[in-house]
Amino acid sequence: MKRRRITREEVKHVAWLAHIELSAEEKVTFTQQFNEILDYFIKIDEAKTEDVPPTFHVLDLVNVSREDEAKEALPKEEVIRNAPREEGGFFKAPRIV
Amino acid sequence: MSKPYELGAREVYCGIKSQVLNAEEYISAMLDREREIDAKVNAYITVTDEQAGKAARMIDQKVSRKEDVGRLAGVAIAIKDNICTKGTRTTCASEMLENFNPPYNATVVERLINEGAIIIGKTNMDEFAMGSTTETSHFGSTRNPWNLDKVPGGSSGGSAAAVIAHEATLALGSDTGGSIRCPASYCSVVGLKPTYGLVSRYGLIAYANSLEQIGPLTKDVYDCALLLSIIGGYDPADSTSVNLPQKDYTALLHDEVDGLRIGVPKEFFGEGTDERVTKCVWDAVQRFEGFGASYAELSLPSLEFALAAYYITAMAEASSNLARYDGLRYGYSGSIEGSHWSTVYSKNRKIGFGSEVRRRIILGTYALSAGYYDRYYLKALKIRTLIRRDFEEVFKEFDVLMGPTMPIPPFNIGEKIHDPLALYMCDVLTVPANLTGYPAISIPCGLSGGLPIGLQIIAKPFDEETVLRTAYTFEKNTEFHRERPKI
Repeated sequence: MKRRRITREEVKHVAWLAHIELSAEEKVTFTQQFNEILDYFIKIDEAKTEDVPPTFHVLDLVNVSREDEAKEALPKEEVIRNAPREEGGFFKAPRIV
Repeated sequence: MSKPYELGAREVYCGIKSQVLNAEEYISAMLDREREIDAKVNAYITVTDEQAGKAARMIDQKVSRKEDVGRLAGVAIAIKDNICTKGTRTTCASEMLENFNPPYNATVVERLINEGAIIIGKTNMDEFAMGSTTETSHFGSTRNPWNLDKVPGGSSGGSAAAVIAHEATLALGSDTGGSIRCPASYCSVVGLKPTYGLVSRYGLIAYANSLEQIGPLTKDVYDCALLLSIIGGYDPADSTSVNLPQKDYTALLHDEVDGLRIGVPKEFFGEGTDERVTKCVWDAVQRFEGFGASYAELSLPSLEFALAAYYITAMAEASSNLARYDGLRYGYSGSIEGSHWSTVYSKNRKIGFGSEVRRRIILGTYALSAGYYDRYYLKALKIRTLIRRDFEEVFKEFDVLMGPTMPIPPFNIGEKIHDPLALYMCDVLTVPANLTGYPAISIPCGLSGGLPIGLQIIAKPFDEETVLRTAYTFEKNTEFHRERPKI
């Protein structure tokens, strides 16, 4: 049997890092699918990349900045309109502490 | 005599401008057509019939008063549902954004409105543009107008299907790993992914920012050039938009490829490429000899790693981009009472996102996590450099690269959806243009068993002129672009 690249426990942990709840069934199917996908991805090991710099971005632009000028903002009611919950003109969030 | 909804953008514009065609009647005919067939095709998520009717009446009034109406006066355009339209819901085909009403327009949408274009609706897509079939949409699959059992390609499947089924005259899509070119190929329309940085991404809901571009899906190359002339060009609101003078690409279309040097990468015809596709695309390449071009085979060895490098990069960027969906400022949210904040977020993201989106976020998080960053993400970015170097090298000898857009013809809905890796493999020929940022087009080059096949043409960065001229020459000397599905 092929070595598993990622275990069910690891999938659970990474899903937790990504803030995504998984059902018991998904933990099984995702683990199996991730192993198949990672088995394919690992092909990249064969590429010779010593001394090759990474391409984060294809353009030569560096640190594009603009003048720090205040502009008219969107109206508050427009911005808050999409919030599932609001109170007194604020977004309502779950209790953090 | 063509029905008004069958016309191309140029005919519609000329007809309206000269008052031979009434914008209101044309839009109303288009909306009737949509009502008649979209229950079968499912190209649209939202149809903006009221606004479209109102906009058409305004165009007619302006024309009768001889006012300036813009280069797309009255022309119906469908917008992919990941491009923000102020006041019209923009869902990304996701339950997460089912009720999201953007407070602003994407730059491309502003530019279209300024030119008199009429937005007729928002098109179906794979959820958050993650897919090649439009099957992962929360609103159900779009069906291929050529054969309703087949996928239309994706992720901009709704846009391509709407154009070929005459439910829109023009459409916009977005292309992160082939999402414009794939459905263009599968539905037999023209689809262009512009050079990275040519078209503003402001207002495009991000999936993988370093790879994606908005671009046209149209009935012919002229309309593609026209639409690109309008959406292309510098936008200070997108920091990756490149400051170059705006061009009128329609003025650069010539039926002429004398001396054009065509390179045909062997890797585009590997074991994964279907024989029917190979034959059709080679026939197309060979035709160019008759038009005065020359071609030669070449090899791009680094392409072997392109698909894996693409998916690692796209998933990593997706995991970061989609971290913003917590269900607080917008998006799906269940109950927040009595639960830990982390549980609230995790539940919102479980219910709000479909399984492919969750798969990509989790794998992307994995590829960026401590211990795996160098092995997957950084390695993928280094491979990206190798592919760019290979491209730069071959483009010293060739003006364009040609090959198939898709390795296989359109397949059945449901056939591959349970095998993510098999679906990823479909993108093997389109991702190189995203990794390198080069412009690439898919144009119709034939039918096989009644299903469309697309020819892909890639040129140097910001050389859309050559891409379009090459495509235009093929179109002017062949009839493939005139084929229409019977629906």
